[in-house]
Amino acid sequence: MSFTPPFDTIDVLRFTTAGSVDDGKSTLIGRLLYDSKSIFEDQLAAIEGASRKLGEDRVNLALLTDGLRAEREQKITIDVAYRYFATPRRKFIIADTPGHVQYTRNMVTGASTADLAVILVDATKGVLTQSKRHAFITSLLGIPHMIVAVNKMDLAGYEEPVYQRLVAEFKEFSSKLTIADVTFVPISALEGDNIVDPSPRMPWYQGGTLLHRLETVTAGARINRTDFRFPIQTVIRPNQTFRGFAGTVSSGAVKVGDEIIVLPSSLSTRVKSIVTFDGERSEAQAGDAIVVTTTDEIDISRGDMLVRKRNVPSVSNRLEAYLCWMSETPMLIGVPYIIAHTTREVQALVTGIDYRVDVDTLHRESVETLGLNEIGRVTISTARPLFFDSYRVNLATGCFVVIDPHTNVTVAAGMIRGEAKELPSAPELVELSPSRPASSDVAWEGANITRAEREARNGHAAAVVWFTGLSGAGKSAIARGVERQLFSRRHVTALLDGDHVRQGLCGDLGFAPAERTENIRRVGEVARLFFEQGSLALCAFVSPYRADRARVRDILPAGRFVEVFVKASADVCQARDPKGLYARASRGELADFTGVAAPYEEPADAELVIDTETETVEASVDRVIAYLLGQGLIPQAGA
Amino acid sequence: MRAPARGHLRVLEAEAIYVLREVAAQFERPAILFSGGKDSIVLTWVARKAFFPARIPFPLLHIDTGHNFPETIAFRDWFAEHLNCSLQVRLVQDSINSGRVREETGPGASRNLLQTTTLLDAVKDLRLDAALGGARRDEEKARAKERFFSHRDLFGQWDPKNQRPEPWDLYNGRKGVGEHFRVFPLSNWTELDIWHYISAEKIPIPSLYFSHERMIVERDGVLLATGPFLTLLPDEVPDLRVVRFRTVGDSTCTGAVSSTAASVEEIIEETAAARVTERGGRADDRRSDTAMEDRKRGGYF
Repeated sequence: MSFTPPFDTIDVLRFTTAGSVDDGKSTLIGRLLYDSKSIFEDQLAAIEGASRKLGEDRVNLALLTDGLRAEREQKITIDVAYRYFATPRRKFIIADTPGHVQYTRNMVTGASTADLAVILVDATKGVLTQSKRHAFITSLLGIPHMIVAVNKMDLAGYEEPVYQRLVAEFKEFSSKLTIADVTFVPISALEGDNIVDPSPRMPWYQGGTLLHRLETVTAGARINRTDFRFPIQTVIRPNQTFRGFAGTVSSGAVKVGDEIIVLPSSLSTRVKSIVTFDGERSEAQAGDAIVVTTTDEIDISRGDMLVRKRNVPSVSNRLEAYLCWMSETPMLIGVPYIIAHTTREVQALVTGIDYRVDVDTLHRESVETLGLNEIGRVTISTARPLFFDSYRVNLATGCFVVIDPHTNVTVAAGMIRGEAKELPSAPELVELSPSRPASSDVAWEGANITRAEREARNGHAAAVVWFTGLSGAGKSAIARGVERQLFSRRHVTALLDGDHVRQGLCGDLGFAPAERTENIRRVGEVARLFFEQGSLALCAFVSPYRADRARVRDILPAGRFVEVFVKASADVCQARDPKGLYARASRGELADFTGVAAPYEEPADAELVIDTETETVEASVDRVIAYLLGQGLIPQAGA
Repeated sequence: MRAPARGHLRVLEAEAIYVLREVAAQFERPAILFSGGKDSIVLTWVARKAFFPARIPFPLLHIDTGHNFPETIAFRDWFAEHLNCSLQVRLVQDSINSGRVREETGPGASRNLLQTTTLLDAVKDLRLDAALGGARRDEEKARAKERFFSHRDLFGQWDPKNQRPEPWDLYNGRKGVGEHFRVFPLSNWTELDIWHYISAEKIPIPSLYFSHERMIVERDGVLLATGPFLTLLPDEVPDLRVVRFRTVGDSTCTGAVSSTAASVEEIIEETAAARVTERGGRADDRRSDTAMEDRKRGGYF
């Protein structure tokens, strides 16, 4: 084969294959390389030797593609291997991956850049789970073309009914998927039927050979040609007079003079020039590596994105996405990861899992985490906004990877569905209760940054946990213990304690009933401000009057006020007397001391009752945390 | 709406430029491993395009075995100056002198493996966090699974079973202290792509690649050039042959091929018809079937 392709007439097609040791995938690739004369003499000699060593009587073409030592020993393909061959029409890049479920991550990686997927079906076995799995991943990763190669037709007598039955079976399955173009070819990789040349043994098949299909399918169909997106990779500044922004056009096209805006600043400018080593250009399109200069001096840096004024991507820090988990360490909810998206890196949290997809049955399952090779739909919050499109619409701005900041390893591949809807949370604003005083001429403007946004970033709900009980019952100790645990889970907390507020905020108040009521009213309002700022506000107050506590409950959404009755008898508290207050009260030094000279109204309907006469502080703290987890206010496995 | 298909060389070039720019953005002290061979020449050529109109923002690093063909060394110096690049040279001889490595002796002796120590010392000495190489996945079985961004641990080692997934074009260059990356922007190129590109871009290459007369001994099917560094076996008698080199590595282990190809176009004709891979001429790969994988695990190029 001697050809000298002129440069701009042959293009590139990337395709992926997946399969296991028995279905003939490696043999198929070996056959494509062999029949397109892309195997060299020394490679052939090497596999002849290796075939003999393995005790095989014919040259095993599969050995061409099974590279690593372990793979040769175990006769399996472990990683993604890239193979190359070319015909006078096209250069091909094959991403060759294993097909077992434990290599789903490799299949996803291989599929991520492919224009086409070749799915192998074994004619002697029917449409197996593995073929279905690969088809699902093809669909999920948005590969536009699929060729189903019905292999081992030699073992099926080259009979048309066998082929037609498998085609029908596969079509029934694939109708559930989103794949633009599916074609079928009956082949024998071992014998070379319908790979490069039409098979004389299957005259009933009139479609093209596998190679013909590979040569004629449209390459680059995944590239979005409409929406101009230009993520900045690096700034080129050779001297004081030139400042250019280097990157590859992700999608769409741009011309000199076009009006553009810069994300995230939204400042607008125009394209002054498009610079390349091979000369200035008047326009550039998706895939072009260029340097752009602008007419205005604007601060633009890596991670920014140039787009058109009237065609802007979503700008948000809340996403809904499919994740394929690629790490042996399971996904943690509410724990910071790094997301790499276009040329931007941001901190991010998975805030929830909608479901996991069983890649074999396509069933959706409710789960609490994603493990290695599992695929699920999740909600993500990022510390800074991303500029993105739905993966279906624009692959380049819809894909991302998740990196574990501790190990630096890439732990997941993600595909954005869109902006996340609001958290299933309490209403944004609570009706003002009539008893709630408001200064005149003050209008409630609404939050600048909404609580829902803060909650999404924090990865947990906001709530007020109210510890009530006699002095010495253990309120503060438990509240502090709970706060410490929440803090170590990286949650946002605030602690309000009677002794603290009485030194400032409520320093003007005494202990008469009306003053106690005002004290709790103020504390309740402060707790609510913390709540609206997204905090888990922990309040430890004797708060003896039921009505006062009810008023605080009323200014918070349902489910967000957690009343914890810290219970211990007056006698026990008096015996503990950690601050010596009971002693002083009994000496008459403290008037109106609750439990001695003032009443305490026990809650009738507290969310949690903790008896500190029988429970240790640690056990009490655990119970509060368990309650918050059980209510879904804080995420599981956050430590 | 459909844009015209773009030629494969433009696609490969744009991909390499993208990777080179990612390296400049993600790393503090990268360097291009420059051997004077065609792959590192092409890599450097593309790097010039990636950062134009600025200079390449990192140096070329040559690990010199001391057994290179003089043509390669002369070309290296000329090319670096021609492209206005800074050039760093580290000598395997220095590693030998300082006792870091011991030289192989005998007729099969090669300094090829010793380069690894010199390279890792240079990485440490220059505090490199990314070493760019011209390696391609089509060269050898073990390289078929290499990533664009290939992580190396504290000891410079590659763990083929524990590579980071690399979906789409999102390259993760995050690393721990003392770790570094090997980066291969030409991963998806084949030998023929390299030649087509050299032809299209009119890139200068060392004269060794073109057909010339040279004293040769044939050993174990490999044509080796005689010279001061090659120890002849008792029964070996060199003769004058018309040859060229398909790679220009260490002169003691780089095999020549009989060829009359005197221009890039003739080389392309020959390569397109070639029935032996370019590494097939390398004696060091023939030591065992997994020789390359073993060397790569140890931190080889």
